[in-house]
Amino acid sequence: MKLREIATALDLQVQAAAGKLDVEVTGGYASDLLSCVLAKAQKGNIWVTLQAHPNIVAVASLLDLAGIVITEGRKPEPDTVEKANEKGVPILTTPHATFTLVGELAKLGVVGVD
Amino acid sequence: MEQRTAKEITKLQELAYELKVGQAMTKEVITVSPYSTMAEFMEVLRVNRISGTPVLEEGRMIGIVSIEDLIKALAAGELNATVGEKMTPNPVTLYADEPLVHAVSKFSELRFGRFPVINRAGELVGIITQGDIARAMLRRLEVDYHEEEIHRYRASHIFEDIIADEIALVFGYRVAARDFERAGEASSGLKRTLSRLGIHPRVIRRVAVATYEAEMNIVIYTDGGEIVAEVRPGRVRIEALDKGPGIPDIEQAMQPGFSTAPEWVREMGFGAGMGLPNIQASADEMKLESTVGVGTHLDIIIYFDERKGT
Repeated sequence: MKLREIATALDLQVQAAAGKLDVEVTGGYASDLLSCVLAKAQKGNIWVTLQAHPNIVAVASLLDLAGIVITEGRKPEPDTVEKANEKGVPILTTPHATFTLVGELAKLGVVGVD
Repeated sequence: MEQRTAKEITKLQELAYELKVGQAMTKEVITVSPYSTMAEFMEVLRVNRISGTPVLEEGRMIGIVSIEDLIKALAAGELNATVGEKMTPNPVTLYADEPLVHAVSKFSELRFGRFPVINRAGELVGIITQGDIARAMLRRLEVDYHEEEIHRYRASHIFEDIIADEIALVFGYRVAARDFERAGEASSGLKRTLSRLGIHPRVIRRVAVATYEAEMNIVIYTDGGEIVAEVRPGRVRIEALDKGPGIPDIEQAMQPGFSTAPEWVREMGFGAGMGLPNIQASADEMKLESTVGVGTHLDIIIYFDERKGT
């Protein structure tokens, strides 16, 4: 499933790298601890987190993740958006909590990778 | 295969946003006067091998006339009619500084063969057809492809081109203390460099994870330092050196979950006590030495033959 289709289906707001949504999502991972993401998330995964600071872009870019979803209505910081556009890492937001969003993702067939 | 196609389409879409109409259009525009006859217009098309032109009156564009208008005139036996009578007045135009994607959508929406291109002052500066769009995209794709190929070629052949008993490439990255703005740039720079050297993506992932954790340790806990990567045939060695304060108990620091991170760092999602364990999991060999008051020296080796799984 493409990130664009996921964004449309779950009504996610695109905050950065709108030109990079046609990437195939290979699965998902949810955590707010960056080291856990580094250890577990796989290439092409969608990452669901509460974190909104610029370092999430570095993590996603190093792992070639498909994109980041920031939950609970938090918005990415301006520096985060700038970095995400520069590195081509899509950032999406949702008013829902992480648990709810992951449930919705699972219904769409996006599953965990462990 | 499907993924590959998707990737290529994405690349083309990206180009359609990046390129401007002005970069794709034909700049030498052939024009006709509204007072020319359709017979004269036919001759213009034949000589220039084109299928339509804007119609200009005293330098001002008043319409567009195409081969279709000519065919209609031929069928009606009206070759002596003027272009002014047969043209389409007030043609749809594009601005030269618009993204090319606007042109793409206008072509598919209106199904015209060409659009005159104007600048913001309303002056005719070019004309664009679907062929122009395809050529501009191909040109750009070729340039991008060549650049990346050249980088890759140069880098991946370096070991073959150098004549020496021993070869080592050394890349150094400075890491500033508590600079969360630039944090991650050392590891992303190294990742990109190794990818150009043609190293396998799975190996690069392990290097990226280990280097990022080491980089963040320098940013969060130390007074600054550097990361040095030494690439030799078959392996990369990464050293992270800092100027203190040093780790009092290394064994404790290696325990998963142990962290001395302050609350504000933990709130950012760092300081989970997983950094050093992640480095250890990514590395084939790892050495960590530290002297309190002097600094810490992390030394890891990752082999390209993947003796350790991911």
